[in-house]
Amino acid sequence: MNKKKYTVALAGNPNTGKSTLFNVLTGLRQHTGNWPGKTVIHAEGFFTYKNEEYQIIDLPGTYSLYSNSADEEVARDFIIFGKPDVTLVVLDATALERNLNLALQVLEMTDRVIVCLNLMDEARKKGMIIDTANLSKKLGVPVVPLAARNKEGIEELLETIARMVHGEIKTTPLAVSYSRAIEEKITKLLPLVKEVVGEEYPARWVALRLLDGDTSLLHALQHHRHHFFREGSAHACHCAKSI
Amino acid sequence: MARAKLARLSDAKPGERFRITKLEIEGTMKRRLLDLGFVPGSEITVLQKSPLGDPTAYRVSYTTIALRKEESDHIYGERIGNE
Amino acid sequence: MRATAPNPFDELMENANRLADGDTREQIVASIFQTSRHICQETVTYTKQEKQYETEKLDRIFTSKIWGFPIMLAILAVVIYVTIAGANIPSSMLAEFFGWLEGYITLLFQQLHAPSWLHGILVLGLYRGTTWVVSVMLPPMAIFFPIFALLENYGYLPRVAFNMDRLFKKSGAHGKQSLTMAMGFGCNAAAIMSTRIIESPRERMLAILTNNFVPCNGRWPTLILLASLFMAAGYTGGWKTLVTASVVVAMVIFGIVVTLTVSWILSKTALRGVPTHYTLELPPYRRPKIWDTIVRSTLDKSVYVLKRAVTVAAPAGMLTWVLANIHVGDTTVLAYSAQLLDPFARQLGLDGYILLAFILGLPANEIVVPILLMGYLSAGALLEVDSMNAIKQIFVEQGWTWLTALNMMLFSLLHYPCGTTLINIYKETKSKKWTLLSFLIPTSIAVIVTFTTTHLVQWLGLL
Repeated sequence: MNKKKYTVALAGNPNTGKSTLFNVLTGLRQHTGNWPGKTVIHAEGFFTYKNEEYQIIDLPGTYSLYSNSADEEVARDFIIFGKPDVTLVVLDATALERNLNLALQVLEMTDRVIVCLNLMDEARKKGMIIDTANLSKKLGVPVVPLAARNKEGIEELLETIARMVHGEIKTTPLAVSYSRAIEEKITKLLPLVKEVVGEEYPARWVALRLLDGDTSLLHALQHHRHHFFREGSAHACHCAKSI
Repeated sequence: MARAKLARLSDAKPGERFRITKLEIEGTMKRRLLDLGFVPGSEITVLQKSPLGDPTAYRVSYTTIALRKEESDHIYGERIGNE
Repeated sequence: MRATAPNPFDELMENANRLADGDTREQIVASIFQTSRHICQETVTYTKQEKQYETEKLDRIFTSKIWGFPIMLAILAVVIYVTIAGANIPSSMLAEFFGWLEGYITLLFQQLHAPSWLHGILVLGLYRGTTWVVSVMLPPMAIFFPIFALLENYGYLPRVAFNMDRLFKKSGAHGKQSLTMAMGFGCNAAAIMSTRIIESPRERMLAILTNNFVPCNGRWPTLILLASLFMAAGYTGGWKTLVTASVVVAMVIFGIVVTLTVSWILSKTALRGVPTHYTLELPPYRRPKIWDTIVRSTLDKSVYVLKRAVTVAAPAGMLTWVLANIHVGDTTVLAYSAQLLDPFARQLGLDGYILLAFILGLPANEIVVPILLMGYLSAGALLEVDSMNAIKQIFVEQGWTWLTALNMMLFSLLHYPCGTTLINIYKETKSKKWTLLSFLIPTSIAVIVTFTTTHLVQWLGLL
């Protein structure tokens, strides 16, 4: 039997418990650290939910996806060119403001996003109350509260992933509105972007990146137009990651 | 805003609040600082210096980020009193 | 697809460039953060304002001017003390068990009328080499790493980087080098991969070239063993452990001093340049899942040590046994090589067998001491090595003094990285020159330091 395999990408800031969630989902035993840049090489794993097979890619932990570094390019390229069925953005609930920065960027790149509000146990301990329903409404995508290390919320997450890959969830991702000057420029650039890079990529986001002078993205787009590949460059190497 | 009045972040003392006006730094470092929340308009708090006097830890967007003096020298803004 | 010049992509970029101005990024990020802030204001309520600052309160202690460094030192000392104190008994129990088992395996070989060379290779070589690594490496590593993982998961390591940053900056290195060094405590080969967190190529190279001055998994037990046998010989009980721990801590600190010095020299010469910018996040302290962390880290480490024992120690044990039993004239290949190295090794306060063990131990540091013991034993009477005192006995019979032990510890700390690490260095740097330097720099330092120590001690008449 040749079952369809869904791809799930895992993005997030460093230190959000992204690797912990990865371990919980895949069952792979791996030591996770508490410092920036721990996930040096991104890893892949598998899990099965309701008889369906999922491949999950742990992207490098980054603060943004603006291609400031090799890590950020790897993460960005996977979301754009790997076209995962779902991208999970793991946020540290205790530092939501900074973490949302990345989530908002991902929402500009794809509409198949689930926001994982991790470390809810820590947030509760700090007396923070987060209105997840309202957050979900504002972001336009599902928000699942989690405490990955206590395995809290995993079932709900799996269910949400399954519903999303089956097209049962309609999302309307929040588009950040920029200054008038920038919005005007986006409007000017948009037709050309659509013509050159095609409809398969998020045109508004591409336009925005180009206005920011992101030449590496353009190179990547040009390259992928010719050799489109689905695999990305995921390589599992858990051994070298931890002490 | 008169330019002369702008202070450097590196001049702010532990416990002080600071509102960023601009980053006079270019390239990767500027982008990195922006990603971490050192954005014009942000208010940050100086937490403390490392035991050897540098770097200094700042509270920005509910996270703690340490910067060396080389960076905080180029972040300008207003000192807006103590916490 | 249109094949006309100009390339549509270039045209697109040109168009974008015409529209863009220098501030675009700043405006974009400012808008995103503003949006984030608005969303947070409407979705997050803080009910316990004072709880927000717990991490900051702790940082006021852990990174304070007065307590920052003493606490770091104390933590290092306590971790090493607990490791040494805790590993002693399980180590000797394992050694006894393997010795007991060896008796039966030998009996089995005799029953099967196996030839003695087969017994030699498989039992005296392979079995002993492997079991040595297991009994000496496993207990300390199964204690050290869970404690280390707890500290790591608690969030303490970035504070170390924060405290030490200025020292690294002064030596032209990156502040995150202390994080890659912390990785080195586990395995230098893995730490080489972890230097990817340092983006500037120059500073990353410094971190790569100096990483092996941090004693790894394969060298901790050697340091601990020698310190406890020779440096703490005159003490008993708790004092003995304390002295051993102090010596090992001193070694670690010496390694850090060498790291900083070498980084400094390199950044004034071959890797000239100024430190690049850096930012370091100090994540909130989080109480780790204590039991989970301990179990997982112990299992991981045990599997790792056992795997190394089989893949590296087993073949090395066999090879050593063969070398020790092939005769050329009236001496063995092993003895002959040791004699050849002896005059040079003596200058370093070592002997030919020790140096040979380091050379044969290139694939993995774990096997240096087992090779050494096998070398010594093949030269003399074959004994059972089932206790620490027996080991000391063997060393003393070969004319060891505390100076020999000290030199071997220094050589172990400072010499070339193991084979796996060198391979990783080549993979990461893609440069034969830098890989060669990563071999030569530590090795020359190891030679210079042990040479100086030996001659200084002799000149001062301390021995």
